[in-house]
Formats: sequence, C-alpha cells, structure tokens
Amino acid sequence: MNKIGETINKRKKLKQNVKLIHEESIVRKSIESDVPKGLYEKCPQCGKLNNVKKNIENDYICKHCGFLFRMRAIDRIKYILDEDSFIEKGIGYITLNPLFQDGYEEKILSYKKATNLDEAYVYGYGEIFGEPCVIGVMDSYFLMGSMGSVVGEKVARTFEYAIYKKLPVVIFTASGGARMQEGIFSLMQMAKTSSAVAKHSNSGYFYISVLTNPTTGGVTASFASLGDIILAEPQALIGFAGPRVIEQTIKQKLPEGFQKSEFLLKKGFIDKVVDRKDMKKTIANLLRFHRRYN
Amino acid sequence: MNILEKESKLLDLEKEITKLGDSNSVQKLIEEVERYKLIEMTKLSAWDRVLLARHQKRPKAMDFIRYLAPDFIELHGDRLYGDDLSIVGGIGTIEGNIFTIIAQQKGSSTEENISRNFAMSHPEGYRKALRLMKQAEKFNRPILTIIDTPGAYPGIGAEERGQGQAIAANLFEMSNLTVPIIAVVIGEGGSGGALALGFANKVLMLENSIYSILSPEGYASIIWKDASRAEEASEVMKLTAFDLKDFQIIDDIIKEPLGGAHFDKIKTFEETKKVILVNYNNLRRLSRTELQYQRNSKVRNFGFLQRFNYEHLGGIIK
Repeated sequence: MNKIGETINKRKKLKQNVKLIHEESIVRKSIESDVPKGLYEKCPQCGKLNNVKKNIENDYICKHCGFLFRMRAIDRIKYILDEDSFIEKGIGYITLNPLFQDGYEEKILSYKKATNLDEAYVYGYGEIFGEPCVIGVMDSYFLMGSMGSVVGEKVARTFEYAIYKKLPVVIFTASGGARMQEGIFSLMQMAKTSSAVAKHSNSGYFYISVLTNPTTGGVTASFASLGDIILAEPQALIGFAGPRVIEQTIKQKLPEGFQKSEFLLKKGFIDKVVDRKDMKKTIANLLRFHRRYN
Repeated sequence: MNILEKESKLLDLEKEITKLGDSNSVQKLIEEVERYKLIEMTKLSAWDRVLLARHQKRPKAMDFIRYLAPDFIELHGDRLYGDDLSIVGGIGTIEGNIFTIIAQQKGSSTEENISRNFAMSHPEGYRKALRLMKQAEKFNRPILTIIDTPGAYPGIGAEERGQGQAIAANLFEMSNLTVPIIAVVIGEGGSGGALALGFANKVLMLENSIYSILSPEGYASIIWKDASRAEEASEVMKLTAFDLKDFQIIDDIIKEPLGGAHFDKIKTFEETKKVILVNYNNLRRLSRTELQYQRNSKVRNFGFLQRFNYEHLGGIIK
C-alpha cells in the first residue's frame, strides 16, 4: 500500500482509541441550554442592543432596524418543526484531517464544545404542521458552516435517508463554502452532494432548498442551487464568489444590494423570498402540494 | 533554487554550448548538462510543479486538441446568453473514436489570454459545456474534457448570471449522463471551475499539473492571512498528481518528459493519447447504467472521515 494509504489506516486505528467526547445526544444538550450566554446581543447592522429572550420571541429579528439575526441550527429546527417531532440522524462523524494540518482537529474540538454540535450540519426526520420530511440545517457558527468531508457525507446521507423513507427533503443552507482545511476532499463534496441530489430527484421526490444568510462558495455551486423549489430569507447574502474577492478582482466597489436575495430574485435564480415568520407555513404548504400517496 | 531558475540556467548552458562550436570541451559540457538534467530536474517539490503547471510555454488545451483530433470542429454558444471563449467545445476523432471534446483554453499570448479571460469561465461557458455534453449523450458519443483553469471567474456579470447555479447544474447533469466521460487535467485545476468539467468516470492528470480547491496563494491568505507564503501552502495542500493518486481522487498519471511538458510537446501528446485510449477502451465495455453507476459510486466514496459507534446515544430528543 502507498504512503498516504498507510497513514490513513494508522490514523483510523488511533482514532478508535479516542474516548467519546459526547456523553449524550448533543442536540438534547443544546436544547436544554435554551437561552444563549449573555442577556443582550448587539445588532450587526444598527449597533443597538437587543434583549436575547425578547429577540427569540421576535423571531430573531432586531426590533430597531429589522435585521435578521443568524439562527443557530438548533433554534432553526425548533422554529420550523412541530414540537417534539425531530429525530436526529447521522451523529458521530469525525474528520480525519486529510492534509494533516496542525491544530485543525483541536479547532474542530473547540467548535464542538462551543456550539454543542457534531459538525456544521444537522439532519433528521421531522414534521412541519404534520407534513413529514427530512430536514437538514447548516449552522454558520461552526467554522462558518463550511463544507468538509463530514458535512458532505451527512448531506449525501440526508438524501439517501429520504429516498429510503420516501420523503421530501428541506435543507436550510448557511455556509461560507468549502472547507479549505480539508483541501481537495472538500471540493469533491460538491460532486458528492450534487450526485446525491440527482439520485433523490431521479426517484421523483421533492426537495426544497432554503438559502439563508450567508450562502456562498461551494455550497451555492452544489446542493443549495439544485432544489426543485429554492426559497430565500430576506437580505441574505447569496453568491458563488464572496463580495471581497469580487472587489479585489475587478478593483471597483460593488453596487448596493449586490448578491442579496432580492437581487437574485430579480435575476431569476430564486423562486421566492419568504419572511421568517411565514417560512413554516410556506414550507408546509409546498410539502402538502407535493404529498405522495404511495 | 526552484524549477524555473533551474530551467533558465539549463537554457543558458545550452546556448553557451552552441556558441562554442565543436571541440572537445563541448562534448564534456553536453555530458555535464545531461547529468544536471537527470539530477536536478527530477527532484521536484510541490511548488516546482505549481510553477510548471502555470508555465508560459506549457502546451495549452488547443495544442492538445490539434494533435489528438486533427479533424476537430469547434462548436460555439450556449443558446441562452452568449459564447464564452474560455471554454472550447466541439467534436473530433481520436484514433477513429469520435469524441465530444470540451476544454478550458488559456491563451499563449497576452492578447489571446485577454480574449480567453485567462481560462476563467463565466456561467455561459459552463452552460455551453453542458449543452455539448447533452448533445453527446443524445448521439451516444464519449466525452473528453480538458481542464486547465485557475477557477471560475469572480465578477459582477458572472454572479448576475448565476455562476453557482451553472456549476451546480453541470454537476447535477453530469451525474446523470450515460456516456463515458474522461477528464484530463493538463495544467491548473482550480476549485469549482475545474470540477464543473471534472465529474468524470476517469480523471487523469499530467505529471506536473495541479488540482486543488483554490490557489496556494488563496489558501495561504485564508489560513495564515499571508498570501506570500504560497510556496509553503503548496507543500501542505497535497495538490500534485501523485498525492491525488494516493488519495484515489484521480485514476491515472500521464508521464511528462524531463523538465516538463514544454520540453517535448509531441511526446507529451503521444503519451496523453495513449492513456486516454487505454481508459476509454476500459470504459467502452460498460453499459450505460454501469457508466452512470460507476461515476456516482466513485464520488460517493470521496471523504476523509470516520464514524464512531454512537448507538447508545440514540440521537433522539425526548
């Protein structure tokens, strides 16, 4: 066997001895710690302070300027799904650090502890106003929601599970793109997830992709853009290249509202921009329209 | 000393030899040069390969096509918006086998580079590629894609016309195609721009080409916030053909002559042709569904991860 192959096997053996860091279901743990740390949160747009508890009641929208706060994956699941209907799938994947980069595994570990998440993506079975579906949510607080081997694998498994259960898929994307720390493997996740979407689509099942702030890079260029119906939250940044990269390349300022969801709606790449408070109803209706009776 | 400095030193030496005319010392010098070539030009670091992959004189996609398929007919346009010159598409025969050939073309001069946008494609380029691939499927023609791009173009027009959607659509449709697809990386294979043509049954790479998620410069500036550490980045990124072969991301490496493809183009083309045909003959035996299955199951296994046995966790809330 070649050199890297040997190393991979060695690492796999090593990893088997590592103690589990999660004592119980991560999702349950983060649901118990309901209110985030700190009582006030500063709005990135207007700079005014928002009471966190009040903010949650106000759909995570700034009461001063109407800015939509980024939602944690857990909050999103609680917000969209019927109470007690979520069953998490695909826990326990761990990346093997393909570039053998120093500090990457420690970084992942610290994010795991800080966010109470396994990876930047959570999926499972859920019901929306009684409509069953497989729901997947990305969390932009976990390394900018970047897509590495584990996220790619879990996204692919989302669709495979949906095929197995004959269910539609709803995915909320929030990602900075592919994960640079995993090099070529992150790039290949684009092909892997697209291929999984194609398989699900060929079987005749329904897929809603909901783009939230921010969705860029490799995620936009794979499963996020492949929904049968593509919804978006207002004011979300959606694009392939980030605004900073474009500004550096063309050496001029970008126009106001460039790469926002309203802009993409005008250009014809999104079906509908849906307000946060209407999201659940809209998705439930769309699922009902595509209900199958076999 | 990196490969470009070595190369210029070598060229200087050879120039001096021709100046000297014929004498005893010339023979000695020639031998010395040969020895230098063997010792120094075979020890290549990852950064050397990056430099070779971007070499000015390196054969471009059209050079390959002219040699591989002399009867190549170019087809233009995506039928939706326009024609992107950074991607060349058409039909040609390689040793009697009719291929649809889609290639990313860098320019060999500055003017050509500007008209080709340095092989950085806009969405219409990817849509042209997709149109030709669909056409190939209709007529049951194998597809050969030649990859040589720094990445998809980041610009206002590209975003307005849906760069992400265009690449995603390519990946989606390529996973459904039922004809053999062979991809050859001949220079730089950068990010989603390369993958949009690289979702293939067999991915081949020239020995001194690179295939990565982004340029070493970009990697260094993201991870270390310092673009000047590109050389260091290229070493850790595992972007050479040999690393990717070890990872089983690519299937075959095409040998290049000593010092890089530009030293003996004909030899490179011959070798490329040979490897393409070997792979094509293997794929030809597969049926349409087998081809589709092979392509998808190949990418399904890409990933560098492991799953713990989490049975006792259940993963259920309440």
